[in-house]
Amino acid sequence: MTRELWKGNEAIAEAAIRAGLEAYFGYPITPQTEILEYLSRRMPELGRAFVQAEAELGAINMVYGAACAGVRVMSTSSSPGVSLMMEGLSYIAGTELPAVLVNVMRGGPGLGNIAPAQSDYNQAVHGGGHGDYKPIVLAPASVQEAIDLMVLSFDLAEKYRSICMVILDGSIGQMMEPAQMPEMKPIRRADWEWATDGRMGKRERRILTSIYLDPIEEETTNLRILSRWKAVQANEVRYKEYFLDDAEFVIVGFGTAGRVALSAVRAARQQGIRVGLLRPITVSPFPFEVIDKLAEHASAFLVTEMNAGQMLDDVRLAVRGRTPIEFYGRPGGVVPFPDEILSEVQRIAAGPLSIVSDPRDAWYERMMATAR
Amino acid sequence: MVTTAPTNLVYKRPESFTVTPTHYCPGCTHGVAHRLVAEVLEEMDLVDRTIGVASVGCSVFTYNYFDTDFVEAPHGRAPAMATGIKRVLPDRIVFTYQGDGDLASIGMGEIVHAAARGENITVIFINNANYGMTGGQMAPTTLPGMKTTSSPLGRDVETQGHPIRMSEMLATLDGTGYVVRRSMHDPKNIRLAKKAIRLAFETQVRGLGFSLVELLSTCPTNWGMTPVQALKFVEEHMVPAFPLGDYKVATGVAQVKV
Amino acid sequence: MQKEIIIAGFGGQGVLFGGQVLTYAAMDAGKEVTWFPSYGPEMRGGTANCTVVIADEEIGSPLVKNPPLAIALNLPSFDKYEELLAPGGTLIVNQSMVDRQAKRKDIHVIFVACNDIAEELGNKKLLNMVAVGALLTALPEITMKDVERVLEAHLPARHKHLLPLNCEALKRGFEAANKVPA
Repeated sequence: MTRELWKGNEAIAEAAIRAGLEAYFGYPITPQTEILEYLSRRMPELGRAFVQAEAELGAINMVYGAACAGVRVMSTSSSPGVSLMMEGLSYIAGTELPAVLVNVMRGGPGLGNIAPAQSDYNQAVHGGGHGDYKPIVLAPASVQEAIDLMVLSFDLAEKYRSICMVILDGSIGQMMEPAQMPEMKPIRRADWEWATDGRMGKRERRILTSIYLDPIEEETTNLRILSRWKAVQANEVRYKEYFLDDAEFVIVGFGTAGRVALSAVRAARQQGIRVGLLRPITVSPFPFEVIDKLAEHASAFLVTEMNAGQMLDDVRLAVRGRTPIEFYGRPGGVVPFPDEILSEVQRIAAGPLSIVSDPRDAWYERMMATAR
Repeated sequence: MVTTAPTNLVYKRPESFTVTPTHYCPGCTHGVAHRLVAEVLEEMDLVDRTIGVASVGCSVFTYNYFDTDFVEAPHGRAPAMATGIKRVLPDRIVFTYQGDGDLASIGMGEIVHAAARGENITVIFINNANYGMTGGQMAPTTLPGMKTTSSPLGRDVETQGHPIRMSEMLATLDGTGYVVRRSMHDPKNIRLAKKAIRLAFETQVRGLGFSLVELLSTCPTNWGMTPVQALKFVEEHMVPAFPLGDYKVATGVAQVKV
Repeated sequence: MQKEIIIAGFGGQGVLFGGQVLTYAAMDAGKEVTWFPSYGPEMRGGTANCTVVIADEEIGSPLVKNPPLAIALNLPSFDKYEELLAPGGTLIVNQSMVDRQAKRKDIHVIFVACNDIAEELGNKKLLNMVAVGALLTALPEITMKDVERVLEAHLPARHKHLLPLNCEALKRGFEAANKVPA
């Protein structure tokens, strides 16, 4: 296999092209701008659509339009820009269209900073926009995984007529790693039974809208969206396990927080601590069942995130109070070093632990004590 | 039942219309504007390859009346959606149908940039000086001193700003091919409006850039007038504030004969 | 095997490219490798750094707090990484840009006058390659030949004519570091 050195953001852009991306609409924002820049060169070269929109609001609605036409389309942005797109995302969800959105997350809230963060987890997995819907959310932890998940994102979006978001923190966007690109797929215009691409003498007119004035009809639409989501939950859960076979303690972390935890796991193993790592790849659908099973044997969980405890709530839902859960997070754009997580593992291994209602409280006290 | 012999048929529903009574109020000129667009699409044989983009406002259900593909945009975003469609389907005809609140207020960013990019789309812009759907609130186009439910004492330009003349503004952008304002207040002006709509679609068919037809329209219900009074109001108050005329006719468009 | 390297200096000293050269070399040698830059405002002047992690297996953290290997191309970087270096580690210091001796005794600090050597070669931009050459004395996993092959393949086209000079800079850095008594 030919490995090439790819910067995360550029790898995402090229992978999307190879997956058949036919139209891209975006707006500059650090730390994802390289995706826009890369596509501004490559898309016209391939005769595909590229527009730098006037704002993320325009970009997501251009995505909405192109999605109505039935083509593979995406936008990319970073946290504040994704917030601006929430209106469009809700409409896309309500119109039951496939679309791909990449969020290269940065520190927040507000303007925040441009450092790597995972604080848009809740926004992503809960949909972000108004109304009942859940996007599929993929969380790569390396450049290779980002490439593979970009390709998958278009397939999943189309299969479930759903939004598929790829969320990664700024560090994966900015780092370079050896990776293998997939073969270039030819543009394939599927003959969707829903696309508004003009009657063209073949059929009756079609309408795509998210408006259902009759509440019963809207309820039916909501249930149809939910039925697709149930299929997503049943078929699309993805995760990676490290050293879990004999693990007494289980770390749960996604993306960069997950791979930093991997370094801590290896170091702890050298000290004889039986700790393993579960790294969710689909954070939505979340691997509830896997954690449910792990909770039967594990002595304790440690959730690590680059935020103030968002995925933590999903782990708590899965563990259901049976096993102590500890939390270690670095919000605001701080990337933890492995030794920070290692000392958490050592503390947990030393015990004793108790089952508390909110693991965030103890973490907050420890953070405040360090700050003092 | 009275049947009309085909030879005597002088007026019929355009084939590009569906058989659906509109939801518009009596005396509203939306229906006439719809009809003009439908007639033009039919005359130009474009119905089969047209995709309409409806907006938010009274025209939210525009898609019910045209026998073309249609999508329904978020409030103000129709030009962005139209951009997305046209860029991936450049051989289709894409038009938006937007009111003044949608286009000149919440959608100001989208319309200006679609025009600046010279998106090869057609915009039908209904200016009736208020937000009709939500019950007659002040719009960016509400006339100074005009009473609305959110300017109950009349629009005070000192605190509520001045009306925006969109056609004049957009015509300054180099991406536009055809930008004109017409009025719907009498048959003569309606005929001129239809000709303008025809030229707007001709502009798109020829790839000559962004085209927009602003139509001064009535809103008798929210204005608290009879349909006839409303037409008179357009003629006496709207036309002076929003002068009719051709604000941008690019060279290529000027040569088109219709 | 896992080795972490931090290269730090002013923007314009070739910090990021120096790290990329090592990254390519590691990749070509069949290793796992990550290159992680400081990004954002610091890219536009000020200080820049990048972290390179080379390993035999899937790499965990792309960042390291206490690296075993580092290059400090200016004084602020020397101050910072002398403190952070792992005990027993090696720190290459650009002698041309610092005016003090090392404080720590539990690390190897190797002073190489990168600017002076680069200027002797006729192009002060080569200072990063001098430093990378010096680092190779402490990084047996990557050979001089590996790096030369990388330069041949990845030097931007407009700099291709500088290939022999780049290789010479590497060599001079390596030799200078070897001369320093450990």
